[in-house]
Amino acid sequence: MIDHLPVLLIAVPILSALLILLAGWYDRRFCYPISLITILLQFGAAIAILLEVMREGTIRYHLGGWAPPLGIELVIDSFNGFILAVILFLSAATVVYARRSVEKEIDPEKRISFYVLFQLLVTGLVGMTITGDIFNLYVFLEISSIATYTLIASARRPRSYVASFNYLVLGSIAAGFILLGIGNLYVATGTLNMADLALLLPASYGLATVHTAFLFLLIGFSIKVAFFPLHLWLPDAYTEAPSAVTVLISTVMAKVSVYALFRIVFTVFTTAYVIDTFAVTGFILFIATVAIIAGAVLAIAQNDLKRMLAYSSISQIGYIMFALGVANQLALEGGLLHILGHAVMKGCLFMVAGLIIYRMGTSQLSDLKGVAKTMPISCAAFALAGASMIGIPPTIGFMSKYYLVLGAFEAGQWIYAAVLLVGSLLAAGYIWRFIEIAYFGDHHSEDRRPAPAREGPVSMLVPMVALALLCLFLGVFVEVVMEAVRPAAMLLLGGA
Amino acid sequence: MRENVVIRTVSRLAVPFIQVFALYVIVHGALGAGGGFQGGVVFASSFILMIVAFGLNSVRKRLSNKWIVVYSVLGITIYAGIGLLCLFMGGNYLEYGVIEAILGIPHLHGYLLDAVEIGIGITVMAVMTSILCDMADKGGESS
Amino acid sequence: MIEAFYELFLSRYNYWMAIILMLIGLYALIAKQNLVKKLIGLNIFQTAIFLFYISFAEVQGGTAPIYLPEGVDALYVNPLPHVLILTAIVVGVSVTAVGLSLIVRIYEEYGVIDEDDLMQVVRGR
Repeated sequence: MIDHLPVLLIAVPILSALLILLAGWYDRRFCYPISLITILLQFGAAIAILLEVMREGTIRYHLGGWAPPLGIELVIDSFNGFILAVILFLSAATVVYARRSVEKEIDPEKRISFYVLFQLLVTGLVGMTITGDIFNLYVFLEISSIATYTLIASARRPRSYVASFNYLVLGSIAAGFILLGIGNLYVATGTLNMADLALLLPASYGLATVHTAFLFLLIGFSIKVAFFPLHLWLPDAYTEAPSAVTVLISTVMAKVSVYALFRIVFTVFTTAYVIDTFAVTGFILFIATVAIIAGAVLAIAQNDLKRMLAYSSISQIGYIMFALGVANQLALEGGLLHILGHAVMKGCLFMVAGLIIYRMGTSQLSDLKGVAKTMPISCAAFALAGASMIGIPPTIGFMSKYYLVLGAFEAGQWIYAAVLLVGSLLAAGYIWRFIEIAYFGDHHSEDRRPAPAREGPVSMLVPMVALALLCLFLGVFVEVVMEAVRPAAMLLLGGA
Repeated sequence: MRENVVIRTVSRLAVPFIQVFALYVIVHGALGAGGGFQGGVVFASSFILMIVAFGLNSVRKRLSNKWIVVYSVLGITIYAGIGLLCLFMGGNYLEYGVIEAILGIPHLHGYLLDAVEIGIGITVMAVMTSILCDMADKGGESS
Repeated sequence: MIEAFYELFLSRYNYWMAIILMLIGLYALIAKQNLVKKLIGLNIFQTAIFLFYISFAEVQGGTAPIYLPEGVDALYVNPLPHVLILTAIVVGVSVTAVGLSLIVRIYEEYGVIDEDDLMQVVRGR
């Protein structure tokens, strides 16, 4: 059974989603336990797979017994296994968090659909992570996207419909571009298997077909990742979605889209193409620095806590794309570490925002004066995760930025390294804004606050505090994480 | 009023033929044009014709919400179930050759393919009908 | 001169058709104000991509990829893009269904489907 774990990681959640649908029709209270058990089982399987990959090397699983390049295969190597463990851990934390949040924010008759779609979203993302066939990647991308559109629209606020419609239109254009890119790759080489493409493409590097395919894939995935000029769907989608959904899509969905982009750029079109033949890394580096600055500046200007965190996400995606732009070993290690770190940090921050909405019903910063007196644990968690976001040692935010700056120095990009540090200062701007309002804002004047709030329920506090403490522990014990990250970065650059 | 009678009579004649054609499309997916999704959509289009000609209640009577949920779950369970069956018999996921080798029935490979297609067809039919029932129901509830 | 014209336009007419349809779809998506028309533009865009895929699957002299009595020896067009497009059509149908449901909900809530009026009403609330 152990060597069938990759396919069970996809097949069992689909069956569990159907089970949630049936059991929920029977009695609504069964949805949550089934969902929780399934995601915990998936997380256990992901850890088992990661340990096996670190011990033995790449796992390949042939679906239907057909050998590639004719058949579809599931490939788990060190990069995959790392991302898989990250996303399933965050999904498990979100499911534990989601129970009370869903009770408050989603109508009772929509709750069964919520859990079913949640499970399908996680299935789609896991499938996208472990597949080795590029068209299969597109199919799973669309599965998770459609689940996301519906999940965002399930809030009680009518603005969520408009936000979801915007995201639907932009996401479908992105998927259309990705499909075009895949078609061009198929015309140039005749195969759809990623490993096979990496072997067959170098013969055709000069063809305009391959350049077109690369551009379409790059732009399509950039829209999905919300890379700076193509980010316009993100603030509305993150703000108007229910809190548990925002935690899930800001951490897990964004990371898997980044994973897919890295996979396409580094494994299919190897660094030989991206740096030598079609030198686009310099341009990506420039746009990434613009993203870092612009996202942070726009975040400082916001009045709503969730919208501020959404613009902060745009800035942090800029950091990860910075790693792609520099494309050497140290910078890629920093980028992968930032994938883990940002998932943990942003998950904690959005969980705090969700808790504040749960207790106080609002997330406007002007209404949150002095909230630290009534919700001390939440604000402490915000402070810790915020410190990690700014990059204060020894948190993991500092470690990932440290590797990024080292990588930039090694590549000789001094100015860009300076921009990274400016980005940290700007992040301090918006994090400090909330901390000042929460801890030091006086609430004597204009007492528009609703009834005095208590601390949140335990099932929402535990994942939040766990993630906040992880920001600290992962930074202190960063060498343990680097054991998984270093081979992944080497693999991306074409090493072992 | 006279046009109504014409539409209703023609629909009453056409619906069984559309459904038989849908079953033909599903079953011939392995060797020719067709397959689970296409046949499921044609089957659902027969229900859509009934909604247009006879009103929403005629379809709701025949295919209530509960049965739509049951059918959609049943179809995918057939698909995933056959895949997991291949897993338990020792092969990879969806490797039909393993079951054929163990049970010894000739051409079982093809029969299992058709069973998977039928499963997909059932689910697609249920989901398409539910989409249209919800849209035709002005201001209806979700799920 | 005629050689260049033939080379550029007439021998590659299928790609030109696909690209023109894609641009028409994108224009409808961007420029039309009504939300339903935007969704139809998205559908045209996706259909153009499917047309692009099917057109490059063509083998000269090949017949439809359904088993003829001769078996494997006859000349068939490449069946793989056809299968890929079947999946992509399913995806397109699902996205259209979700989009139309969202438009129904937006109409119930705000009473308008026009994009400009919608922005005004959303900001007004």
